[in-house]
Amino acid sequence: MKIPKRVLIYGYGNPGRQDDGLGTEMAKKVEEWIIEHGLKCMQTESNYQLNIEDAEKMSEWEIVVFVDATQEDIHEYKFDTVEPDEAQVEFTMHAVSPAYVLHLCDKLFGKKPETYVLGIKGYEWELKEGLSDNAKLNLEQAFQFLTRKLAGWAYIKDNLPISMLRE
Amino acid sequence: MPKKITIEPVTRVEGHGKVTIMMDDFGNVHDTRLHIVEFRGFERFIQGRPYWEAPVLVQRLCGICPVSHHLAAAKALDVIVGAGTGHGLTAVGEKMRRLMHYGQFFQSHVLHFFHLSSPDFLFGIDGDPALRNIIGVAQANRDLAVQGVMMRKYGQEIIAKTAGKKIHGTGAIPGGINKNLSIAERDELLSGPDPLNADKMIEWSVAALEFFKDYHRNNKAMVDTFAAYPSNHLSMVREDGAFDIYHGVLRAVDNDGKRILHDVDYQDYDKYIEEEVRSWSYMKFPYLKDLGTDKGWYRVGPLARLNVCDFIPSPLAQKEFEEFKAYTNGKPNGMSLHYHWARLIEVLHCAEMIKVLLNDPDLQNEDLVVKGEKKHKGIGVLEAPRGTLFHHYEINDDDQIVKANLIVSTTNNNEPMNTAVNLTAKSFMNGQEVITEPMMNAVEVAIRAYDPCLSCATHALGKMPLEVTLINAKNEVIDQKNK
Repeated sequence: MKIPKRVLIYGYGNPGRQDDGLGTEMAKKVEEWIIEHGLKCMQTESNYQLNIEDAEKMSEWEIVVFVDATQEDIHEYKFDTVEPDEAQVEFTMHAVSPAYVLHLCDKLFGKKPETYVLGIKGYEWELKEGLSDNAKLNLEQAFQFLTRKLAGWAYIKDNLPISMLRE
Repeated sequence: MPKKITIEPVTRVEGHGKVTIMMDDFGNVHDTRLHIVEFRGFERFIQGRPYWEAPVLVQRLCGICPVSHHLAAAKALDVIVGAGTGHGLTAVGEKMRRLMHYGQFFQSHVLHFFHLSSPDFLFGIDGDPALRNIIGVAQANRDLAVQGVMMRKYGQEIIAKTAGKKIHGTGAIPGGINKNLSIAERDELLSGPDPLNADKMIEWSVAALEFFKDYHRNNKAMVDTFAAYPSNHLSMVREDGAFDIYHGVLRAVDNDGKRILHDVDYQDYDKYIEEEVRSWSYMKFPYLKDLGTDKGWYRVGPLARLNVCDFIPSPLAQKEFEEFKAYTNGKPNGMSLHYHWARLIEVLHCAEMIKVLLNDPDLQNEDLVVKGEKKHKGIGVLEAPRGTLFHHYEINDDDQIVKANLIVSTTNNNEPMNTAVNLTAKSFMNGQEVITEPMMNAVEVAIRAYDPCLSCATHALGKMPLEVTLINAKNEVIDQKNK
């Protein structure tokens, strides 16, 4: 019997700044999906931004997927593998990158979980609650993609609706 | 209807520190300017919104210190709902807010010390930049780095349990709080498995202080002279002069320790404090009205708080405070790098107070909210980790906010940070035509001592690079470095 992977899905961003809340919105959606499928091997987390204590959090998991809003010139979303990186550009350091947290996790806790970042394209960043219409569409696309991945890691593909199995 | 304010991308994105250094004909530093792009649209954005939304709305300002804004707004609205100021709340109301505030202070200061400052102390300001970060700390002193991470985590847990959740917490509401602390939550924080319990946090806070003091003993000349200068200091203190970060009166002292603002009610803050606008800076320059712009500026934050208060009401921190005060013979301390010393004494005080509060059965009371006669104006002031924070709201008969004014801690420290950068530039850059890495870091160290929060913008956009530009007497850029 295959043992499901233990996966943390970590959405971050400020939901009070429109599309900057894409990461935390994804965490909410995935949380519902996890409950719906009764998956004990997966958990969600969300916060305004990543910080050093997240190194300890991620050390407890086999796979970590960070979800963040991005302004990059991409289509709906992108899914990249994260490699440890100690580069830290912000001189006041009030937030850190997934690569930096992974690096810290390795150095402080001796763990290097398989790590990915799911960047979802956002468009509007004003002081408002709620995603823009285009961001909502991107979120949905990214959600379909991510849940297919999660289903694969949890070995539950056979039980999913066909619509969720399309690659 | 609220007025729609569009923040141009440049305002949001350019949350950076920019230092311009102007040289004279002889190649010496003539003048310097620290530009910090501060987010200023919020006060207008909040106009027209129902007042009770403010404690949650203000958390949109900042993902770094949302608790400070949350509590300052709630304190202002306490006045508006007739719950009075500070001690007008029920015991559980005030104590839950205090616990939230100590948790926020603790984790914020810990992040600053362990992640930002300890690398400079371990490897030196001019140390190898490849090592001068927390990874370097982890390699040189793994226990220290792990302690920093776990102390942060503990503070975050306190916030989550008192504010209700990590993002857009709702713990504080006008006139009180919306939840108390359950016995299970209390036990987890008070006596959870090592290291996440109150006693371990006190022990590690003492150890962090010892680490700094040891560095200080071995590097006295540098620590005591780096960006040291005389100034006024402003802070809130309890009515009896005790250190208090949640409630009290406003006091300021000059460089000799003479009081220049005499324990005034912060509801009247605008009688005493004004903000100057300068053409080259987005951020205003606050000062004490009575003394004017040249003589009235002041420092806020850990150093100022310890310079202003008479004592610290917790035993271990008080002992450290006495040593701190003795170092300058009881006079105000003007040494910028002593901000770190003061900050760590505050960490210890917060750890002690967290334990005291967790043992207080009032936290399980259920009388969460008080109300009284409604008012149309309320001002909430508290000491945020970086310094004194002012929230001022006025409402109309329809309960809509018609005026909001915020003076954030980093704004209060605008002139002091500029002064520190100026002194540092003169020390490190006179006669130079190229910005070297140690010079760049020296400027950073000067700014970092004040722990400015430049992140009142969205995190995804708000990368905070530092740009240093060197300009000669002909106004030509002779070097520029980014980090």
